[in-house]
Amino acid sequence: MSSVTHSFMKLFRGPTEVASGEKSAQSKQRLSRRSSGLGELVRVLKSEEPLCVLDIGATSAANIRYMTERGHKIYSEDLLEASTDPALVTKDEQGQRILDEKKFLAENLQHAGAQFDLVFCWNLADYLDESLVKPVVGRLWTMTKPGGMLLAFFHTREAGPDAPCYRYHIVGQDVLEMQAIEARRDLRKGPTGSVHSSLQKTFRLQRVFNNRHIENLFRDFSSIKFFLTRDNVREVLVVR
Amino acid sequence: MEPGTAEFAHIGKSVIIKGELSGSEDLFVDGVVDGKVELEGNNLVIGPNGRVHANVNAKGVVVQGKLEGNIHATERAQLRSSAVVQGDIFTQHIAIEDGAYFKGKVDIQKETRSAAASPAKPEVKSASAAASSATPAKTLAGGTAATPTSTTVTKP
Repeated sequence: MSSVTHSFMKLFRGPTEVASGEKSAQSKQRLSRRSSGLGELVRVLKSEEPLCVLDIGATSAANIRYMTERGHKIYSEDLLEASTDPALVTKDEQGQRILDEKKFLAENLQHAGAQFDLVFCWNLADYLDESLVKPVVGRLWTMTKPGGMLLAFFHTREAGPDAPCYRYHIVGQDVLEMQAIEARRDLRKGPTGSVHSSLQKTFRLQRVFNNRHIENLFRDFSSIKFFLTRDNVREVLVVR
Repeated sequence: MEPGTAEFAHIGKSVIIKGELSGSEDLFVDGVVDGKVELEGNNLVIGPNGRVHANVNAKGVVVQGKLEGNIHATERAQLRSSAVVQGDIFTQHIAIEDGAYFKGKVDIQKETRSAAASPAKPEVKSASAAASSATPAKTLAGGTAATPTSTTVTKP
């Protein structure tokens, strides 16, 4: 029993700061990159008025800390992981495997009454199943305040299907750290209790959008701005 | 974050509790709790085998297992790398380790509201089971708990 007591007390004496990627044995080295799109958003984040922010990438302690330190509320929801729920798999009229978009939207992006000033999509659209991309963007449009902004990253033509999927951490005014999402060896039960077997593999690039595709995807938004970067990633900033 | 006292209660991984769980000491939950957890002024740890479907209200909350419900931690909330948390977090300080899964809102509040001020997320099922410790630092083990309407862990 004394060993249990000791272990219990150790939990509360643990590090008070979030374990960074460098300290975690599971994480690979983080790559740093400048982000023009983020730089544009930071001006909005400097607002004294508390903002409502939605991050639909992989859970990032850095992003949560960045937003909350500035007095903003942040909603975090890993849509890519949520899309791997086996319960979503169904078939269309032609018998092709698709994901049930209605079920997906019934279980995700459900924030009653919340209207977001900023939405961070990161590279979600490139890796999300085809059947979910447009429905998700449509839902995000309804959840974004007029004048609110959405930041998304898209690979360019040079990217192959094995382009690593990254999670993004905001570490500075226009600086991101990219952390490759690693393959997991063990099966893990998701929040719904389903076993996510696809978590054994890294996510594969589903498609490469061209500019016209991206404009079409965000056609309901009022404006769109492209930033082309040296690492062959297009950053897209759209305004509701 | 130090426990209020050296005494604590331990809910083992085979224990299932349905109903309201409240107490005036620190609590380690490694079993199943379905209902509500009220430990105002004390600390809660959800162990790696813990599965909690409840709103929790405590001074400090550490999650290593599963939690579906809101967290009201007057001091600090910590999500360890094995945590799977679905719910909103209201606290003064938050720490989330790499690998933790979190779905919900984070609201940093200097003066934390009590759990009663915000709508309960999971439904409180009919209080049909409870397991209580007669003395502190007693491990609760065994099968499904019995029938009292609430569970209170108190110091003698």
